[in-house]
Amino acid sequence: MSIDPLAQKYRADFPILEQRVNGYPLVYLDNAASTQHPTCVIDEISRYYKEDHANVHRGIHELSSRATKLYEDARGRIARFIGAKSQDSIIFTRGTTEGINLVAATWGSAHLGPGDVILITEMEHHANLIPWQILARRTGASLQYLPIQGDEGSIDWSLLEARLQGAPVRILSFTHISNALACINPVSEICAIARRNGIVTLVDAAQSAGHAPIDVQEIGCDFLAFSGHKCCGPTGIGVLYVNAEVLADMEPYQFGGEMISSVTYETAEWKEGPHRFEAGTPHIAGAIGLATALSYLDDVGRGAIQATDHHLGQIAYQKLSTLPAIRILGPRNERAGLISFRLGRIHPHDLVAYANEFGIALRGGHHCTQPLMRKLGLQGTARASFYFYNRESEIDRLVEVLRQSIRYFGN
Amino acid sequence: MEIDELYQTIILDHSRRPRNFGELPPPALKGAGYNPACGDEVVVFVARSPEGKIEQAKFVGQACAICMASTSLMTTRLKGKTAAEALSLKKAFIDFLTQDAPPPEGLGNLQALVGVKKFPQRLKCATLGWHALQSALSGQER
Repeated sequence: MSIDPLAQKYRADFPILEQRVNGYPLVYLDNAASTQHPTCVIDEISRYYKEDHANVHRGIHELSSRATKLYEDARGRIARFIGAKSQDSIIFTRGTTEGINLVAATWGSAHLGPGDVILITEMEHHANLIPWQILARRTGASLQYLPIQGDEGSIDWSLLEARLQGAPVRILSFTHISNALACINPVSEICAIARRNGIVTLVDAAQSAGHAPIDVQEIGCDFLAFSGHKCCGPTGIGVLYVNAEVLADMEPYQFGGEMISSVTYETAEWKEGPHRFEAGTPHIAGAIGLATALSYLDDVGRGAIQATDHHLGQIAYQKLSTLPAIRILGPRNERAGLISFRLGRIHPHDLVAYANEFGIALRGGHHCTQPLMRKLGLQGTARASFYFYNRESEIDRLVEVLRQSIRYFGN
Repeated sequence: MEIDELYQTIILDHSRRPRNFGELPPPALKGAGYNPACGDEVVVFVARSPEGKIEQAKFVGQACAICMASTSLMTTRLKGKTAAEALSLKKAFIDFLTQDAPPPEGLGNLQALVGVKKFPQRLKCATLGWHALQSALSGQER
C-alpha cells in the first residue's frame, strides 16, 4: 500500500485543511470531536438554500415539495447507509446526545420501573451515561456498569451473559468505539448475547458511524445513535435508528407541529413512524447535507476508511510509545484511529496550547468521560484523533512537537 | 513565539516548583476552586493573625501550568494583607487580565500572566486560585 492513499486522493476535497495556523500548516487531529466537510457537502447545503428551501410536509407549492422530497430522500439515504430495512426506522435528531435522551425519555420511561436494571459500561461518554442516571432516578430502576480493565480499558465481554442472567436487566446501552480509549467493542457479538436474553440494546455509534461499515441488521441492535458532524456532515443533525417493532409502541418525545395526525382542543393523535418523533420544523438542510456526506463516504469506501483509521491509530501508538514518560490509554492492538495520552507531568491543556502554537489541533480534558478518567486516576488526557484525510507525516509532526514540549515544560 | 508570552520563564518556574505548596491545619481558612471545563482543582489555605492580617497562605491542587503558577504567585503576595486588601489585589489582577487599561499599580510579578490576555480561554485557569482565595476568606468552608 502506498503511503496515505486516501489522503492523496481525497484531501483536496476538504478546503479547510489547506491553511496555516500560527504560521504552520494546519494539522487537524481533533476528528473525534468533529470532522471536516468536503466541498460537495458545503455546496449541496448552499445549493439547497439557493434553490429549494421551504418548510417540509406542509406546503403544496413547488419549493415545499422539493424540500420535502430532499428531506425524505435523505432519510432513505441514511437508512441504506446503516443497512436499515426501512427508512421509517430513521428518526432525525440533533445528534447522538438527543438520540439517547429520546430513548431514555420515551422507551425508558414506559418500560422501566423499580428493581429494573439499566446496564452500561464504565467507558461511556456522558451522553450515554447521564440520561440513564436521570431515568434511573425517575423510575426507581438501578444503573449498573460493566467494568473496564486497567489502562487498556477493554471490557471482559465473556462475563456479559452471566451478568444479564443475574439481574433484571432491561436495556444494555454501550459505545461501539470509545472516544477516550480507542477500544472497539464487538457490537454484533454483544447484541447477539443481549437478544438471546431478551434484552433491548442501544449502540452509541458516534465514533463509529463515519469510520466503519455499519449494518444494523447484522449488528442486531434495537437502537443506534450517531451524529452528522462526526462523519463529514453538518452539526445539529443526527440520527436515531429504531427497530420497527420497538418504534411501533414508543410514545412521542416532544409535542407540536409536524408530529400529529389530528388535534382538537381536548386531545391529539400522533403520526405513525419516525415523524411522530420530529416535532417542529426539522434541520432540513442538515439532513440533506448529511445524506450528501454519507454518499461521499460511500464513494471513498468505508472499508478503506476503516483500514486507514486503524492504520493511523496503530502508527500513532507505535510512534508515541517512543516518547519518555508517556502513558497511553486503551488497547495496544485493534484500536480505533485515536490516541489518548498523558505526557509525563505536563497538563493536557498546556500540551494542547503548545501544540496549537505549531498549528496542531488536539483535544485536552476529560473528553466527556469524567467517571472513566477518575477511575484511571486522571483528570484528563490529551487526544489526537484521525480521519482518512490525515497523513502519516502529520503523526510524525505531532511526535516532533510533543518531544519539543517535554523540553519546554520539563517533565 | 506568542506562546512564550503565555508561558513566561517565571510561569514555568512556578508551575514546576510551586511555592507554598501544601496544606494548613485548622483554624486556617480553606477554600476550593474547581474548573468543570477541565476538572482542575485547587484548594487554598489562609492563616490569619488575631488582628486579621494574613500570616501565611498555602495551596494544594492539580492543575495546568497557568493555574499552578498564578496560584503560587498569589500565595507569595498575600502576607501582611487584610482580607479587604487581598480581595482588592484579586480585583486588580482580574481587571488586568480582562481590561485593556494599563496595569494597575502594585501587581508586580503577577504581570507575568499578561499572556493570558491573548488566550482568553485560559482566563479561568489564571483566576481559579484567586476564586479559591475569596472562598477561603469568606470563611464558609472552614
